[in-house]
Amino acid sequence: MAKLILNRVSKAFGLGKPAVNDLSLTVREGGFLALLGPSGCGKTTVLRMIAGFEQPTDGSILLGERVLADAGAMVPPESRNMAMVFQSYALWPHMSVADNVGYPLKVRGISGETRRRKIGEALAAVRLESFGDRRPADLSGGQRQRVALARCLVTEPDVVLLDEPLANLDRHLRQEMEETFREFHARSGATMIYVTHDQGEAMALATDVAVMSEGRLLQVASPEEIYARPEGRLVGGLVGQGAILSLPSPVGDNRLLDWHALQPLLASIDPAAPRIDILVRPQDIAFAGGGIEARVVSVLFEGERYALRLVLPDGQMLRAFSRDPVKAGDVLPIVIRSAWRL
Amino acid sequence: MTRSGNPRNSQPRWLFPFVVTVVFFLSVLPLGRLAATGLASAFEGGAAKLLSDPALWRSVYDTLATSFLGMIAAVILGGGFALLLTLFDIRAKALLGFLFMLPMMIPPQVTALSWIGMTGPSSALLKALGLAPPLGSPQPLYSIGGIALLFGVQHAPLVYLSLRAGLLALPRDAVEAARLSGASSRRVLTDIILPLSLPGLVAGAAIAFVSGVGNFGIPAILGIPASIYTLPVLIYSKFASFGPGTFGDVSLISALIAIISIIGLSVESRVLKGRDYRVIGLSGQVAVFRLGGWRVFAEALLWLVILLILVMPLTALVASSLAPAYGVPLSAKTATIHAYEEILFRQAVTRTAFANSIFLSVTTAFGLLAVTVLTGYFLVRTKSRLAGLITALAEIPYALPGIVLAVAFILLFAAPLPILRISIYGTIWIILIAYFSSFFAVSLKSVVSAFRQLDPSLEEAARLSGAGFGRRLADILVPLVAPAAGASVILVFLIACNELTVSALLWSAGTQTLGVAIYNLDDSGSFNLASALSVLVVVMVIAMMIALELMAKRLPKGVVPWRS
Repeated sequence: MAKLILNRVSKAFGLGKPAVNDLSLTVREGGFLALLGPSGCGKTTVLRMIAGFEQPTDGSILLGERVLADAGAMVPPESRNMAMVFQSYALWPHMSVADNVGYPLKVRGISGETRRRKIGEALAAVRLESFGDRRPADLSGGQRQRVALARCLVTEPDVVLLDEPLANLDRHLRQEMEETFREFHARSGATMIYVTHDQGEAMALATDVAVMSEGRLLQVASPEEIYARPEGRLVGGLVGQGAILSLPSPVGDNRLLDWHALQPLLASIDPAAPRIDILVRPQDIAFAGGGIEARVVSVLFEGERYALRLVLPDGQMLRAFSRDPVKAGDVLPIVIRSAWRL
Repeated sequence: MTRSGNPRNSQPRWLFPFVVTVVFFLSVLPLGRLAATGLASAFEGGAAKLLSDPALWRSVYDTLATSFLGMIAAVILGGGFALLLTLFDIRAKALLGFLFMLPMMIPPQVTALSWIGMTGPSSALLKALGLAPPLGSPQPLYSIGGIALLFGVQHAPLVYLSLRAGLLALPRDAVEAARLSGASSRRVLTDIILPLSLPGLVAGAAIAFVSGVGNFGIPAILGIPASIYTLPVLIYSKFASFGPGTFGDVSLISALIAIISIIGLSVESRVLKGRDYRVIGLSGQVAVFRLGGWRVFAEALLWLVILLILVMPLTALVASSLAPAYGVPLSAKTATIHAYEEILFRQAVTRTAFANSIFLSVTTAFGLLAVTVLTGYFLVRTKSRLAGLITALAEIPYALPGIVLAVAFILLFAAPLPILRISIYGTIWIILIAYFSSFFAVSLKSVVSAFRQLDPSLEEAARLSGAGFGRRLADILVPLVAPAAGASVILVFLIACNELTVSALLWSAGTQTLGVAIYNLDDSGSFNLASALSVLVVVMVIAMMIALELMAKRLPKGVVPWRS
């Protein structure tokens, strides 16, 4: 096993805007990378290029020293030793669960007792030991997903690719499957790449998160890092529930701003001053005297708390949480304890 | 680890050349050869002689008259059935539809024989009932009108299918919107449904016309006794009296048939343009109108038509096959299965014909499947712009009348093959190749619709599992398209086994097919043997259609031609 390297990869379909544009990314060995972005941002195209279903029109993809693909040639998917969990599961309906799981072994010429044992182990890992004789059609969505996962597990692939694998499951099953994926990653030690548009999934599962937008890679970092220190408006808007304020530029290079630093900016009325973007997370807004006045626009009861949308005197929007009920139209003093300069 | 330089994704490198080669040999080469001979003969002056022959123009007139009148009959029959069965609350729709479809799959010469057995002075059925006209009175079917009527019966299902497809594609919300606007059922019918379904009717009429132009079995049996020669029959008779100018003449006549057919087919494709877009959305279920007190009358009428066009002719056919000799009255005492014993156990000709037809049909059905699975896979997976052209070229031989194709293959193989110096003319192989060409589109259509339904990730998962193209084909793709492939095999077998037009020109001693055997038995006056053989063919047709009907639920849309 080795590092997976994408070196300035581009992919254009026809003459339009390229789907993936000059993307460079290194996935460390045994890492679990989530590729996060809105739909249509090119993340699935990246995944399909890594799998070998699409060929890059520029740049190259390497696994360690080995070049998997560049604009001139590529290793076909069947000889890449990768595995993939598809959004549609892609189980073969004419084969039993055991045959589905064992197919990669069959293709590799492994038969008899070895194959039976490996199938048994893979099915046990996803807790489907007793389902070997069933047809995929007889299984529930979550069970099918686990069969697809077992099929990835069975051959010890170098890289496991997951294409929005939870998109077709209900919320309860998602949590269970997230747990299964984590276990799977810990057990197999394979490099995993997980495509999703759900930031919650990405944060919960991955060791690294790569944020994409419009074919470009915006930032790669650990989930904590990307949440606390996002780079640029797009990442800041995509990760977490923050609101972005446009305020006059503060003095100094400090990116983490507290109330002391923020208060004069909010009070400033100089329209000519150069402005910057500042990300404010809802949990960093406190209701306290001495703050600036904000009007409540809407209130949404979420069970454990109320989610508020607030509007500042200059018309900019903020999100906040409140433990106590408030009414739309109320005017409350707020303090921003902490904010991140994008 | 190999690095493959093939950017064409999942297809192996040899697939594209393979598909191009197949289409070249089955479509481009024979039709190109036909066009070349026709043009050569036109420039050498043979055309002037042929075109100044009044017999040719007589034949053109007969062709157009029978086809046009046949089209009218088909539109009345097929259009009426389609409207009543699709729009109204008729009972036993499925059964009526299935029975109405049968004449399309029954070989035309069998249709002709069964109707002859039903009418005229020698009808075994009429004699048994004591209704036969006096001996010496003319057989009314030996006429332009008779040929046209049988064209109508044979091709009415084509109009039915086309109109029905149009009706089922009607947007249901358009009907519902009209009703909410306050329109009565009758107004919805006349203002919305009928105008919107007109393209389907026109297209069906065009196909019925083209099918009449290319039909050989019916005018051969009904026309020759009355000296009516439609163009396909004229080609046949030119070969019967073979001379030095024959190749030039028949290629010109074929070109004439091809031109008339292409005009008809272009009318069809013109009126159907854009239909595919309308299918999207709320469609597939037309509001069913209530007939109220009229329902009984409508149902009686439908069953009466089935009785007249299907039950009675087939009963007459069975009666003819049981009659001891042509013209002898049939009764419980005189009925004999002698004719069946004769064709099954004694006559070498019919036994050879069975063997030939079964060999040809099985080989064509399975051989074509191997070719069309690869071609279909290519057409569905490729991003090449040539896919549309390849599809069109594959469909042309089936769209053209069989007689045109037969002439093309005669021209192509009249001389020994180059390099090999073997002549396949007069052997069974020329028929086999012509069948491959003719039924390529039939086999391809089922397989392509099955591949289109397949989720591409099923194959991608197999690729990542490490399976190469051959492996994926055997383990994943073929098993998944198997139902459609099975239907395609049955369908090609059914059509090839009943085929007469192509083999009528290509057969020679020892290579006659079932269609040719029936025609020859009738031609030599063994009407009861011809009938008996026909009865067996009809039984086989019905059995296979029922088999396909039973499979239909598991098949993609469009695989079984009589279901829509």
